[in-house]
Amino acid sequence: MAEPFLIGDAMTGGYGAVDILHGCTVAVEKGQIAVIVGPNGAGKSTAMKAVFGMLKLRGGKVRLGGEDITGLSPQARVAKGMAFVPQTHNIFTSMTVEENLEMGAFLRRDDIRPTMEQVYELFPILKTKRRQAAGELSGGQRQQVAVGRALMTQPKVLMLDEPTAGVSPIVMDELFDRIIEVARTGISILMVEQNARQALEIADKGYVLVQGANRYTDTGKALLADPEVRRTFLGG
Amino acid sequence: MDFLNALIAFLNFVAVPAVAYGAQLALGALGVTLIYGILRFSNFAHGDTMAFGTAIAIILTWGLQSAGIGFGPLPTALLALPVAIAVTVGLVLLTDRVVYRFYRRQKAAPAILVIVSLGVMFVMNGIVRLVIGVEEQNFADGERFVISAGDFKTATGLAEGLAIKTTQAITVVTAVVVVAALFWFLQKTRTGKSMRAFSDNEDLALLSGINPDRVVQVTWIIAAGLAVIAGVLYGLDKSFRPFTYFQLLLPIFAAAIVGGLGNPIGAIAGGFVIAFSEVIVTYAWKKVLTYVLPDSLAPDGLVQLLSTDYKLAVSFVILIIVLLFAPTGLFKGKSV
Repeated sequence: MAEPFLIGDAMTGGYGAVDILHGCTVAVEKGQIAVIVGPNGAGKSTAMKAVFGMLKLRGGKVRLGGEDITGLSPQARVAKGMAFVPQTHNIFTSMTVEENLEMGAFLRRDDIRPTMEQVYELFPILKTKRRQAAGELSGGQRQQVAVGRALMTQPKVLMLDEPTAGVSPIVMDELFDRIIEVARTGISILMVEQNARQALEIADKGYVLVQGANRYTDTGKALLADPEVRRTFLGG
Repeated sequence: MDFLNALIAFLNFVAVPAVAYGAQLALGALGVTLIYGILRFSNFAHGDTMAFGTAIAIILTWGLQSAGIGFGPLPTALLALPVAIAVTVGLVLLTDRVVYRFYRRQKAAPAILVIVSLGVMFVMNGIVRLVIGVEEQNFADGERFVISAGDFKTATGLAEGLAIKTTQAITVVTAVVVVAALFWFLQKTRTGKSMRAFSDNEDLALLSGINPDRVVQVTWIIAAGLAVIAGVLYGLDKSFRPFTYFQLLLPIFAAAIVGGLGNPIGAIAGGFVIAFSEVIVTYAWKKVLTYVLPDSLAPDGLVQLLSTDYKLAVSFVILIIVLLFAPTGLFKGKSV
């Protein structure tokens, strides 16, 4: 089998002396959605940060399109076509929606307007609020700004750390729909989700992490159908 | 009762001087607030950066004057200003390179950087005294008044005169131009926006590919430019003395904090709040009140709330009140 487009392979590491990840592997294929789920403290967000280079790995590799990027800084990974939406503090609150998008495209020197139009097509509400300060928007709209900002680099991989944290169920469904649309344009999506059931429904691939290691790995559908996974992680 | 004369006296002794002083404080506070927003520390060396730039401008002015070069009715110091800014920018960037960058790499806490800036302040303090001495320097030349009190009296026939000094007019005009240019830069240009983004959310700015070294560099350049402009305008309007500039640090910080640290609009508003408070509290109101009140109520004393020697206390009191009741300032800056 060919190697996935982006893979964090057998990653081991943590913030201090203690390892949080123990040989954890997460990967995503081109244009697919991979979801990392698991109980609190399983190291989901840490795995995400490790893939993005915000965490020093003691073991394992991160490869993008076959190239080893383990040693690259997060900024260098942005230049390589990766985009990351942190869980919190993921927008410039004092700047307008449009300026947030412009900052997302900071590294680009070409015309960014077509990309901005695409983002507005994806999230029409942002177009009507484009002159408003992003900090004044609702939780769901702020997440749209955050995702929009990340899309402005025209990434090949979009990494989302709990994009639906703190938004209402209706907005959550809406966001998931948008995420599927983004994946259809050929962008790979790797995300961590607290709402495991809904996230696995849209996932091509699901990773269940427990204590920094892979417990179950399968397609989203298969994981949802697995009685063991249902009983232990999805509440029946 | 004579309201018109009272108004003129008020304008002449309170409003006009306070507007000029407020503009100078605002320019100083803008530099402080930019450094705070981007580099995340209170730069105690700002007053002495102003002093250094002004000292350079004065020396250049002497050179120009002895070469017989003037600026017509305007002060010669304005010709020297761009060069003085360039020299000061050089010094500040050098300081950043050899001092601040080291602590930035270590991710030093803001409290440490404040103390570092205190050290830089003492060094600059010394440099200024070595360069120009500790004495008072008056370097304003050119036309002294735009409107002199005598002319105003003959033109209007009023008992009170309204004088507007050239330096006051220049201060206000320069401040307006500089502030407009700064806001245009911050709002409209790519670099300006990246500075605001960096100030708003440093981590996300890095994730967006904004180069922190460049943002820091541009911030120092702008802050140094603002400091020199503020310093030269203050020196022209009043006089230059290294110690006075060191003391200016207090009203400047008070202005920046009253407005909300990190918020440029707040810095401007804060500058005028402090300036008007200082002038109003230390002005002897006898003259104005004598015009306004009936003879029977005319004040005997000077009606001066505070001697001018205590004007620094005004900044202190305002600072304490703001920190107690609205720690983020009038315009919602960052709480310290």
